[in-house]
Amino acid sequence: MTTTEPTPTTDAGPESVSGAEIVFDQVTKSYSAQGKPAVDSLSLTIPAGQIVMFVGPSGCGKTTSLKMINRLIDPTSGTITIGGKDVRSQDPDDLRRQVGYVIQGGSLFPHMTVAQNIALVPGLLRWDKKRITDRVEELLDLVGLDPVRYRDRFPRELSGGQQQRVGVARGLAADPPVILMDEPFGAVDPITRQRLQDELMSIQSELKKTIVCVTHDIDEAIKLGDRILILQEHAQIAQYDTPEAILSAPANEFVEDFVGSGSALKSLSLTRVEEVELTEWTTATVGEPVGPVLERARAARQKSVVVLDQRRRPVDWVNIRALTGETVPAPVDEARDLHQIDHRATLNDALDTMLVSAYAGVIVTGRRDQYVGVATFEAVTALITARNEAARQAQEDADEQ
Amino acid sequence: MSSDTATPAPPTDTPTAPQGERSRSSRRVSRDDLGLLLGLPALCAVLLGGWAVWRATAELDDIEARSLAWGLLVQLFGEHLLLTALSAAAVVLTAIPLGIALTRPAARRAAPAVVTVANFGQAAPAIGILILLAMWLGFGVPVAVLALSLYAFLPVLQNTIVGLQGVDQTLVEAARGMGMSRWSVLGRIELPLALPVIMAGVRTALVLAVGTAAFATFINAGGLGSVITTGLYLFRNSVLISGGLLIAVLALLVDWAGRVLELVATPKGMR
Repeated sequence: MTTTEPTPTTDAGPESVSGAEIVFDQVTKSYSAQGKPAVDSLSLTIPAGQIVMFVGPSGCGKTTSLKMINRLIDPTSGTITIGGKDVRSQDPDDLRRQVGYVIQGGSLFPHMTVAQNIALVPGLLRWDKKRITDRVEELLDLVGLDPVRYRDRFPRELSGGQQQRVGVARGLAADPPVILMDEPFGAVDPITRQRLQDELMSIQSELKKTIVCVTHDIDEAIKLGDRILILQEHAQIAQYDTPEAILSAPANEFVEDFVGSGSALKSLSLTRVEEVELTEWTTATVGEPVGPVLERARAARQKSVVVLDQRRRPVDWVNIRALTGETVPAPVDEARDLHQIDHRATLNDALDTMLVSAYAGVIVTGRRDQYVGVATFEAVTALITARNEAARQAQEDADEQ
Repeated sequence: MSSDTATPAPPTDTPTAPQGERSRSSRRVSRDDLGLLLGLPALCAVLLGGWAVWRATAELDDIEARSLAWGLLVQLFGEHLLLTALSAAAVVLTAIPLGIALTRPAARRAAPAVVTVANFGQAAPAIGILILLAMWLGFGVPVAVLALSLYAFLPVLQNTIVGLQGVDQTLVEAARGMGMSRWSVLGRIELPLALPVIMAGVRTALVLAVGTAAFATFINAGGLGSVITTGLYLFRNSVLISGGLLIAVLALLVDWAGRVLELVATPKGMR
């Protein structure tokens, strides 16, 4: 279950799994004949299978540019192609059914259940019932929601983060090669946002879609983007490059200002937790007898135990003194914040989460929220020190030459 | 007018329960609604029962007995209800499509003008419309239905417009962005979400129609109004009051039916 790849849509061929290239060629959008256009002759190639972040100040035309891809807005001139096909050669409704669309807050339809929301596009594409049901289940699993529990709930019975997860699942529903996201995580609190970003990156590492994501948050762009497009007024490209290049060599003053100060701190956002040396922590499964668990913890000289559910997803992190019963209990408060992060999360997120954790460490999870290990504060600082040392060495070598 | 047709009126008989109570209790019918749903028919049963006991036991003179004959009352009751139902149906079939049309991008600008015109129908005294139409088009049931429909048109039109305009535009754009056609966005997203507000308008229209149908007797279109006029002309207070009471009970029952309709129309995820 945990390693199954999503079934590619039979009618779209295998390349749909790995995304499609999007090309903007001299795209202009003006709303009135006089005055400067909102988007002024934008040319850009978005490579297949990558996440490209559109960032810029408000009113720079980033959302307009995004919406021209699925023709929610039609360009005044110029062409946009997806996988070599001009978007204007297709019926807009057909086109949009083949392009995932995820927007702020999830924008779920409140009168439909979670399953009905996700099943919408497959329904429009006339998939058969069985296939839709299976797909909904698979997607809920993919975004970390238990299908049995959440399938029949209505959106208002979900938290903001859960709604956004369903929104992502809905965007992925018909397995489109291209997914457009408009400020997808703008409406949730910072901790949930960080977790959703991590999940998106894990999902992306599995699916390899072409994702175009609009954000006003440069940190989000640095974290998620394979490439970042920084736009100035009228959608003039200020810089279009990898996050590393933008941080180390901003193209002009505008980019420098926009990226802001503290780029050393920001580079923490470029290092993933998976690069940290993880500590093996004592684990226990819900329902397991307590005796052997305590023995293992003592042998490892650890005062706490990470509790996993049957699918090896962490559900609790308890002090061994709290394990007094016969068997390891399920957590009392399911909604409690567990201080866990995805292995694709950044060091920045890890440090952030550690500050509020009781154990000076964070649980790291891998694919589908499964437990991988624990990142301790010492391990993270050790990695940072090593990185800084290497950077200084490189600087000195460069100076000597 | 616009403010009290736009939203369903909060129940007034349970002042202790705040409006928030309604949104918190999920799925099931809230306590306020339950009170109304059961309380109103109970009240009507008490009123009607009390009146029936009086009618069966009181000593009535010849005129009273004839104007309050059971068979006649049942017939008038039926006529009254038919007038109400026909005009409500006419309003639903015209005002809702017009309201939908006036919220489409092409016609959006015409909405205020049309609402103003519809306002005339509402602002003019009901009996005035009824008599003028009868002078012009003749007496009888069809003209009465037309007059009642004109009178009850505005709340449904207005609530259809307000309800559709109140649908979160980001949801509409999300639906379009997912590849739903305009018609399917209207049918599957906009209308279901606007339905509670539209139904509140329909309920208002029903209540207006049932009250105004009392005038139908003036243009020979039947209804319980004739009991009142008989009582007035022949100086029989018992008949006059009976007519008033029966119309009031009918109005309460229609209002109740409207509330049930509203509740049924509210999509499950939004209760």
